[in-house]
Amino acid sequence: MPAPIRLRELIRTIRTARTQAEEREMIQKECAAIRSSFREEDNTYRCRNVAKLLYMHMLGYPAHFGQLECLKLIASQKFTDKRIGYLGAMLLLDERQDVHLLMTNCIKNDLNHSTQYVQGLALCTLGCMGSSEMCRDLAGEVEKLLKTSNSYLRKKAALCAVHVIRKVPELMEMFLPATKNLLSEKNHGVLHTSVVLLTEMCERSPDMLSHFRKLVPQLVRILKNLIMSGYSPEHDVSGISDPFLQVRILRLLRILGKGDDDSSEAMNDILAQVATNTETSKNVGNAILYETVLTIMDIKSESGLRVLAINILGRFLLNNDKNIRYVALTSLLKTVQTDHNAVQRHRSTIVDCLKDLDVSIKRRAMELSFALVNGNNIRGMMKELLYFLDSCDPDFKADCASGIFLAAEKYAPSKRWHIDTIMRVLTTAGSYVRDDSVPNLIQLITNSVEMHAYTVQRLYKALLDDISQQPLVQVASWCIGEYGDLLVSGQCEEEEPIQVSEDEVLDVLEGLLVSNLSTPVTRGYSLTAIMKLSTRFSSLNRIKKVVSIYGSSIDVELQQRAVEYNALFKKYDHMRPALLERMPIMEKTATNGPSETVQTNGETDSTILDTKHLPSISQPASQANDLLDLLGGNDVVPIIQTTVPTKPASAGGELLDLLGDLSLTVIPPMTAYNKNGLIIEFTFERSNPNPNIAVITIHATNSTEADMTEFVFQAAVPKVCSFPSCSTVIRKHIFISLIFLKEQLEAIKHRHFKIRVPVYFRQGLLKSYIMHKIFFFSGYCWHLI
Amino acid sequence: MIKAILIFNNHGKPRLIRFYQYFAEDMQQQIIRETFHLVSKRDDNVCNFLEGGSLIGGSDYKLIYRHYATLYFVFCVDSSESELGILDLIQVFVETLDKCFENVCELDLIFHMDKVHYILQEVVMGGMVLETNMNEIVAQVELQNRMEKSEVNQVI
Repeated sequence: MPAPIRLRELIRTIRTARTQAEEREMIQKECAAIRSSFREEDNTYRCRNVAKLLYMHMLGYPAHFGQLECLKLIASQKFTDKRIGYLGAMLLLDERQDVHLLMTNCIKNDLNHSTQYVQGLALCTLGCMGSSEMCRDLAGEVEKLLKTSNSYLRKKAALCAVHVIRKVPELMEMFLPATKNLLSEKNHGVLHTSVVLLTEMCERSPDMLSHFRKLVPQLVRILKNLIMSGYSPEHDVSGISDPFLQVRILRLLRILGKGDDDSSEAMNDILAQVATNTETSKNVGNAILYETVLTIMDIKSESGLRVLAINILGRFLLNNDKNIRYVALTSLLKTVQTDHNAVQRHRSTIVDCLKDLDVSIKRRAMELSFALVNGNNIRGMMKELLYFLDSCDPDFKADCASGIFLAAEKYAPSKRWHIDTIMRVLTTAGSYVRDDSVPNLIQLITNSVEMHAYTVQRLYKALLDDISQQPLVQVASWCIGEYGDLLVSGQCEEEEPIQVSEDEVLDVLEGLLVSNLSTPVTRGYSLTAIMKLSTRFSSLNRIKKVVSIYGSSIDVELQQRAVEYNALFKKYDHMRPALLERMPIMEKTATNGPSETVQTNGETDSTILDTKHLPSISQPASQANDLLDLLGGNDVVPIIQTTVPTKPASAGGELLDLLGDLSLTVIPPMTAYNKNGLIIEFTFERSNPNPNIAVITIHATNSTEADMTEFVFQAAVPKVCSFPSCSTVIRKHIFISLIFLKEQLEAIKHRHFKIRVPVYFRQGLLKSYIMHKIFFFSGYCWHLI
Repeated sequence: MIKAILIFNNHGKPRLIRFYQYFAEDMQQQIIRETFHLVSKRDDNVCNFLEGGSLIGGSDYKLIYRHYATLYFVFCVDSSESELGILDLIQVFVETLDKCFENVCELDLIFHMDKVHYILQEVVMGGMVLETNMNEIVAQVELQNRMEKSEVNQVI
């Protein structure tokens, strides 16, 4: 059999292949040759074959049949064999293969070899891919080598020890004695790996951490020597003495100083020294400064030092090197919570980074900008952020838009500014905003009463430009529905009023209905808006026509709305104005901006009603309070066992849904009082023609033969409902209706209100009865009717 | 800790791959492809840091890379390594290669893959930085090469 080709021959051959298929063919041919060579147990060329195999492995071809061969090479006496054998083991083997355990003995022998390079190879392999069993077996050898005076071996043993500790944490104790004089080494390689070992041990065990705190002075000394010592050609990198070691030591100091006053105290000076003396013209200097800054921020440093650190970061931001700017922004993001004022000083630089071309820098600058926004800088910052929103990548837009909403919510200097800002976001990044921003914005607009005309005008103009961004379109159509009259009457104070006719407005809204760009939700909004305009505009016929067309729409939601609106025109026209009148000011329940609109008040308060007897009345509705107190009394009967509606109440959601398809269960009629011949029943229903009105009917029945006279039924109710008077004589039945409007119930939805009923009646000549009853109702009862 | 060191050329052909954490072979090749894809579309004037691709561990890991002529040197590291420090380390490694091969170029890496591994072994061990002194590294590699030569055996 001819000698197997050399590695470089193989490489040369493979490089001549012009296609992937050709390459594969060559490789397969060579593999076959290698396999037969392995079968022949050829000792001489084994190293060559394995080398070729490793090359093919790198290209992505299977090489597992060489695993055993690597083991044979490791067992050989020749350094060449061992070298390639160990490399092969590290590249091809791992602890998942059982074969690897066969290495243990070889490694053990080689750890005690007479040649340091063989020992080095063994340490390297063990430290790279040693399994826990191997580590357990060989830890003793490693520990021995950790104490040797040979610096080449010592540094490798240190890193090998790190790997052993990672694999078998219980063995950490074993290495403790050997660490005693690691730091007194002169050799930088050993120092470096020793610091790595100490770092690993401190990170893993709090006991070790407190034990090694006493090394702080020694570490400080070493660092000082590195800085102060003159030029040392051996360790110099671009004019700085062993920057890698400096960085390592700084990192270890960070871990040791964190949370510990004494250690932090001991390192204050050296940190200040490094921070001020390090040359920053090259990357190495900046790497050290960066590490110093991180350490200062993490330990309990004095405030002067912290300010120094942040200023260094600020200088980094101005550096031309992108990498430096990147790490600066990352660190500032970490420190902005704790050292807010100091970071504020660099706000303008940070804002400039928004314009950077690099995507990673832009993102960090954006996050940092949001963290820095406050009441003082809101106007300026918002200008920059809006400009950024215009020009940034789509990935950023959603986050940026949410951030802007949040910031505007918190710090808006005026309502007009707030509305302008939100409008700007909707027009530039409308399709990326979150779903809950639409109801939030509507609520904001409703509550800014004086801005209605201005808002609706601006929204109308925006609609004329672009109807593709659904959130904008939805808000706009809602506003036009509400404030269309202001729009056509040209009442705007804030800016030049536009001239627009009713027909033009209706054109736009109808356009939304037919456009392909509109989602079903948007269409719903438009239809409702058109309907609302029927009480604000005079072109009734046109509106009626539109509404009736959609009565046969394929979209079920649209159809339902249209049909109900139609009914409103036909049968209940007298109710139309009341129904479609302006929305009242909505109570703001969410205080934290668009991200937190789910209210939990309802859930917690309605549980009050689930208890049978309340010892005291908690949180009565304010106006009703006085009345109730006058009447006194202590019988408390909870009326409604409410189940909390499953749909979470969002601030504006239900109000927009005029027809309120939220009814869940129906409250059955209940008998509130049944004694002495008087039966009082409550029934609950929605008014039949007008679904926005809830009616609680109190039905008093006289079940005795005689009349009941002097019947007095008073109710103290909150102003939300109207209470008619009733007759004083009950022959047989009396019906009293309490009427509630949906909006009014909504307004108090999470609170409960009471109807306190003193009942007095006389039966015959002698008997008279007085009692007091308190009936609790929750605003949520709207949902249960 | 360094999770992987990859050297590939402008077309994505691997010149040296070293993983310090176990990955199956096909996964290794996929990672090389993904990393090449991420790194090659970077402009020349953006920063040298990237989030790791999803195959290699996602945003917990960073890819720190440097582009020298026709080769990309990519180190995949976790948060325990200093980003700027790794940049310096790559420089040290390349300068060491330069000293060992005398004006190193891509062809040297192609034809002496094993030697490059040996040099790397003296710089990074088990995913951790072992030695950063260029002269030290070169000296040790030289001595070992001499040992190999002195043995009467077949050349690889």
